[in-house]
Amino acid sequence: MSAVPTTETTGTTTRPGTALPSLAAVYRSRAGVELKEFFRQRESVVFTLVFPVLLLVVFGAVLDYDLGSGVSFTQYFVAGVIAAGILGASLQNMAISIATERADGTLKSLYGTPMPRSAYFVGKVVQVLAVTVLIIAILLLVGAVFYDVQLPSGADWLTFAWVTALGAAACTLLGIAVSSLARNGRSASATVTPIALVLQFISGVFFQFSQVPVWMQTVASLFPLKWMAQGLRSVFLPDALAAQEPAGTWELGRVALVLGAWCLAGLVLCVLTFRWQERGTR
Amino acid sequence: MQQDSLLPTPRELAAVPGGEPDPDAAISVRGLVKRYGAAAAVDGLDLDIRRGEIFALLGPNGAGKTTTVEICEGFRDRDGGEVRVLGTDPASGGRRWKAQLGIVLQSGAGDSQLTCRELLRAQASYFPDPRDPDEVLELVGLTEKARSRGRSLSGGQRRRLDVALGIVGRPTLLFLDEPTTGFDPEARRQFWSLIRSLRDLGTTMLLTTHYLDEAEALADRVGVIARGRLAEVAVPAELGGRGRAPAVVTWSEDGARRSQATATPTAFVRDLAARFPGEVPDLAVARPTLEDVYLQMIGEDRA
Repeated sequence: MSAVPTTETTGTTTRPGTALPSLAAVYRSRAGVELKEFFRQRESVVFTLVFPVLLLVVFGAVLDYDLGSGVSFTQYFVAGVIAAGILGASLQNMAISIATERADGTLKSLYGTPMPRSAYFVGKVVQVLAVTVLIIAILLLVGAVFYDVQLPSGADWLTFAWVTALGAAACTLLGIAVSSLARNGRSASATVTPIALVLQFISGVFFQFSQVPVWMQTVASLFPLKWMAQGLRSVFLPDALAAQEPAGTWELGRVALVLGAWCLAGLVLCVLTFRWQERGTR
Repeated sequence: MQQDSLLPTPRELAAVPGGEPDPDAAISVRGLVKRYGAAAAVDGLDLDIRRGEIFALLGPNGAGKTTTVEICEGFRDRDGGEVRVLGTDPASGGRRWKAQLGIVLQSGAGDSQLTCRELLRAQASYFPDPRDPDEVLELVGLTEKARSRGRSLSGGQRRRLDVALGIVGRPTLLFLDEPTTGFDPEARRQFWSLIRSLRDLGTTMLLTTHYLDEAEALADRVGVIARGRLAEVAVPAELGGRGRAPAVVTWSEDGARRSQATATPTAFVRDLAARFPGEVPDLAVARPTLEDVYLQMIGEDRA
């Protein structure tokens, strides 16, 4: 296949036998770039990886009360802080890093190369996956070793996996979409960080969701974080505590539905808004 | 000025192309139009760049240089006209087409946590037939910086890294948008010899620059853009009728600086020499510099 010129220009200027690199090869290359970019940047590592662990350490030490049925608040908080960790690794990370790369010309340079455009997004997805898995592993380890957090068992792991995957997918897509609203990485950070913080307060991360005023619960229900935290609570808490949820159950079906809807909305927004260059340069 | 009427006008001298786009040219542009709002940044521009040549595009800021170049690179849409770059319309150029281009943007390639070598390896992985990243580092003089991260480089080193990223894909056609801005004179000389060695390897180059000495040193032909059109195309020595312009002889006599414009400087200097017993004090013979004719051309256009 590679021997057949696909355009009129191929034969005259490209050396014979030189096919474009395979998608897999470029995907690997981009994945390597994205992993290095993330883990070598102190700000992103501290912000995304260290901060949630600090939260777990502090909250676990301070708010170690009993929720009933012999369940500690830390057990409840682990579900919330994992949800917040996923949010940071996906939505916040994507919004800030892509806005930065758009403002400093990285994206424009890539657009001028024969890199398949999908490779950029594959690299980002690999980065989000790696960071997400790492943050969850660290949080589980710290929780289990220092705070007696009970790890999930049996089918709960399956729920854990799909809630994480669906939540991370929705938030990654939203992060890519949000990056287009910002002028640069700094302004993306200034916009996204407070919103994420407010969502964490009203979505049952720092406090029990049942203690949040109803109107705030309603606001939180519009966004993915509440549903991620709720789905993860079903993984980390005994079913007896489902009674404390607003609906009286874990509502896993609805969790899947809302997160799936956000994936779809995020995808549409990405397709409509993604730009390889700064605004007003075409 | 009286003398101007003796010279051919820029229009008469201009080798501005016309008719259909030339399919054999590296770049062929006909009647290019690009508007931003009501204003036309490029307004009916024609341009042919031959394979293998270094072509320098000159013009004041806002004349349409970068707009024209970025349309050729596939970054911007156009509002009218025909463009062929290596035989392909940039608006529909795919991966195979892009694999033949090297692009050094005015804004550079952005910040990164990767080392120079890692950046070049990543860039090379997008191309079908890349150069060896270490050879490219050698070529741009960044071998010692192979393990340094991009952000630790000086301004001139950053720009050389940009050029390295532009040529690692072994481009047939290399775009250089103000590549030496911020270079010290020595770095600029080194960069020039790099560009010449790339030409010897058969690379076609489109260069935009504000440095007229750079255009004169490197370019086979220069084109001057003014008000969104190509005012003239010529070899650097002929631009604006420079080759036929009168020479100016200057010397010192009776404690004063004298000068005389003449079409026959050799005869004039011979007569001058006869008037002095030894050396003619402070003798100099000058043709108008590229800068002189350039400033005159864009000045005329603005008037």
